Amino acid sequence: MEYNTLSLLEHVDLVKTGKVTSEELTKYYISKCKEMEKYNAVLEIFDDATSNAKAMDEKIKNGFKGALAGIPVIIKDNILYKGKKCTCSSKFLENYVAQYNATVVEKLLDAGAIIIGRANMDEFAMGSSTENSAFGVTHNAVNFDCVAGGSSGGSAVAVAGGMCPLSLGTDTGGSVRQPCAINGIVGIKPTYGRVSRYGVIAFASSLEQVGPMTKTVKDNAYALQVLAGHSKFDETSSNREVPSYIEEIEKPIAGLKICVLKEVEEAVKGLDTEKSYRNTKQILSSLGAEIVEMSMPDFSLSLPCYYVIAPAEATSNLGRFDGIKYSRRSENAKNVDEIYTKSRTEGFGDEVKRRIMLGNFVLSSGFFDAYYNKAKAVQQKLKDSAKEIFEKCDAILLPTTAGGAFKIGAKTDPVSMYKEDLFTIIANILGVPAITLPAGKTEDNMPLGVQILGREFDEATVYRIANAIEGERRKA
Amino acid sequence: MEYDIVIGLEVHAELKTNSKVFCSCKNQFGSAPNTNCCPVCIGLPGALPVLNKKAVELVIKAGLAIGGEINEEAIFERKNYFYPDLSKAYQISQLVKPICVGGHLKVGNREVQINRIHLEEDAGKLTHSGESGLTMVDYNRGGVPLMELVTEPDIHSAEEAVEFLTNLRSILVFADVAECKMEQGGMRCDVNVSIKPKGSEKLGNRTEMKNLNSFKSVERAIKYEVERQAEVLDKGGVVTQETRKWDDDAGISYAMRKKETSQDYRYFPDPDLLSVHISREKVAEIKKTLPLMPHELKEKYIAEFGLTEYEADIITREKKTIAYFEEASSICNQPKQVSNWLLTDVLAKAKESDGEILLSAKELGLLIKLIADGKVNRAVAKEIFAKVWAGEGDVQSLAQKLGGSVDEGQLAGMIDDVIAQNPKAVADYHASEEKDKLIKWFVGQVMKVSRGKANPTQAEQLIKQKLN
Repeated sequence: MEYNTLSLLEHVDLVKTGKVTSEELTKYYISKCKEMEKYNAVLEIFDDATSNAKAMDEKIKNGFKGALAGIPVIIKDNILYKGKKCTCSSKFLENYVAQYNATVVEKLLDAGAIIIGRANMDEFAMGSSTENSAFGVTHNAVNFDCVAGGSSGGSAVAVAGGMCPLSLGTDTGGSVRQPCAINGIVGIKPTYGRVSRYGVIAFASSLEQVGPMTKTVKDNAYALQVLAGHSKFDETSSNREVPSYIEEIEKPIAGLKICVLKEVEEAVKGLDTEKSYRNTKQILSSLGAEIVEMSMPDFSLSLPCYYVIAPAEATSNLGRFDGIKYSRRSENAKNVDEIYTKSRTEGFGDEVKRRIMLGNFVLSSGFFDAYYNKAKAVQQKLKDSAKEIFEKCDAILLPTTAGGAFKIGAKTDPVSMYKEDLFTIIANILGVPAITLPAGKTEDNMPLGVQILGREFDEATVYRIANAIEGERRKA
Repeated sequence: MEYDIVIGLEVHAELKTNSKVFCSCKNQFGSAPNTNCCPVCIGLPGALPVLNKKAVELVIKAGLAIGGEINEEAIFERKNYFYPDLSKAYQISQLVKPICVGGHLKVGNREVQINRIHLEEDAGKLTHSGESGLTMVDYNRGGVPLMELVTEPDIHSAEEAVEFLTNLRSILVFADVAECKMEQGGMRCDVNVSIKPKGSEKLGNRTEMKNLNSFKSVERAIKYEVERQAEVLDKGGVVTQETRKWDDDAGISYAMRKKETSQDYRYFPDPDLLSVHISREKVAEIKKTLPLMPHELKEKYIAEFGLTEYEADIITREKKTIAYFEEASSICNQPKQVSNWLLTDVLAKAKESDGEILLSAKELGLLIKLIADGKVNRAVAKEIFAKVWAGEGDVQSLAQKLGGSVDEGQLAGMIDDVIAQNPKAVADYHASEEKDKLIKWFVGQVMKVSRGKANPTQAEQLIKQKLN
């Protein structure tokens, strides 16, 4: 049976009813990973996956009922799984072995998941195409010549290419949603603080969240249920109770108010994404939702705002990779300063170096107010206008990307690459939840997505709306 | 030329918490290298800091003890720089919104103004091995909570600086905020020094000396620096703004790096930590736990207990002496007597035993109470004191043996005997104009007969009654 045509929930059901064992599923997906090796989505298949699956089958036989009991999962290579390599797709951490489990890994394991491998990504999650990986480019699941998107490109292709029913990505400026959109799957960036960041190698701490990547909206809600919640190891993870995401997911959306931004209505004109965006609007109207046009005058500033805050935090977060304690130390270093400079020069790729320099610049004395503080002020302004919108509306509709996946190697200018995240960054800047789901295709038949943004901690409504759109699209 | 000296201090003290400031590792000195460590304090990828609230409370306590203002919101920032003892390549510290602002500390008759107290994490420790050329890193100290107190440039001599530090240390120790063990690096001091022509308003260029770890070296380093700067200015030169390193063995300092090229720490708010909201209720609650500070106790002892300035000063210098004094006084309710005994007997004797006090405060209190109640006289009390100190029993049982009381019936009998055996003295007494003097002679006789066990006051009264 080709399990990879099934949804995550169907997998869960098959295991639960004893129709398939975890071992069978795990072996099946490992063989899929090997078949699809040329896509370079998965950097390593963990050699204990099958034995873990066998042990899980025993546990299930003895009555274990975890939400993901026996389900094979692939995680992005910046999430720590104790005893396994975790490299952030960087030469710097090429041989780094995780010393402890990330909270999300603990939660997956507690739920009975079998983590079968780690997925390729842009180095330190910096990029939008997974071309910045030190371990080679990941290819788009739909068109081999195109990029996978990024930075969680490997995780997206792993699901879209049928190598697992669920993967984890991280989203700092669109790194879950953009690759999901251009590979034709579903991914969420939860509210900031909904999922613990403990054990996720940090890029921009104030912006990023771990998000599940799945084939369907319901699958996604089901997976987030497992990951969400407070961790005592992460102050920024919220104490708020996690509601049931599935319970009201089928509830009709008639009467909900969905905002479209005036600025975006303008910006999409002529873009590849325009048609699927407008179609989605129609779908929402046809389901009885009220479309409300509102303005977020500084919407376009979210991009520059992001490219100040994120590099600033990154430059500090990456300081610990200094060649002193673990991982790479240059063999050519003759003194402590050379340990720093040579190890980092040899270990980091160009994009990482570019962002470290950017970050140092915006934080340096004399420029701090003009850049970092100004970016924070812009962020506050954007939050203020979002607050106004969410007082009137339940959600915001946005396209996910401007167009479909581009050809590998086509974008060489960093700024044009940065613009890939034009529509996704706003959710990270605001800290609100944002889901992407398939919404159509380009003329070249490449997948496109739309996003639903919700109020802080209102993932339930976001899922509900996304599920309704998905349902309508399936009928068509 | 004559100069005014302007000194500012930055004092670091390790806080007395059980665990580190951003993880649950032990805050403990002297453990085997890298054993009090975890992913957070050695800066492993993915690890996140979680604030130890106790450390915040201790800084609030320190802030209240120096009359500072506690901010309602405090934030943590990252101070970014590379050094092998700094595992994350940034130190979590506070710049814009520290926990405490302002405050003052009495030095002599003056209040030295304090700028702020903030909370930060300590770095690890490097050991350079000369032979192998290797440098070893121990992260046990990394993440230990540190308070940094910054004074205004409001100190004007090396002596004043030392007195400030002495007073500060006694406050921190007394408030149970820090142990300030200098020899373990538990209290360290950076000194900023500048001089200006006497009476001039304009501050001179300052130099900074880092990590002085004894009061003596603070004093010597300041004196050396003042002289050095004066020489430069006398020759018509300009003092270079720089960081200098004090070499305690050589008794000189030398330039480390110029301020102009000083590091840019690129401070920004730490996104991993929430800002700290300090409620006024919390501050009030902590204030309640704050004991009277040594200088306040000193005033109280003079005003309420009638101690001399000298006595009060000696007692309030050390936390353990204060505790001893307070405990003994609470038992006998005779603070003045306790002070007498403490200063003349206890502390003198303690010098012979390496500063160790071998008679508990409780025992001293009891002994003084026995004297006051007339159960033992002073001579017997001294004997008891010596024996207890030497470990030859306790006050209660020794008093029963050596002192004990002579009851009224026994006393009356003894007096009758003395009167009967000394008719001449009785006659002299009746004839004398100075009856008070002669009565002392009778008391002496009674004391002799009772082998010191009689209460002299009681005896005197009774003798007077019988003779008149």
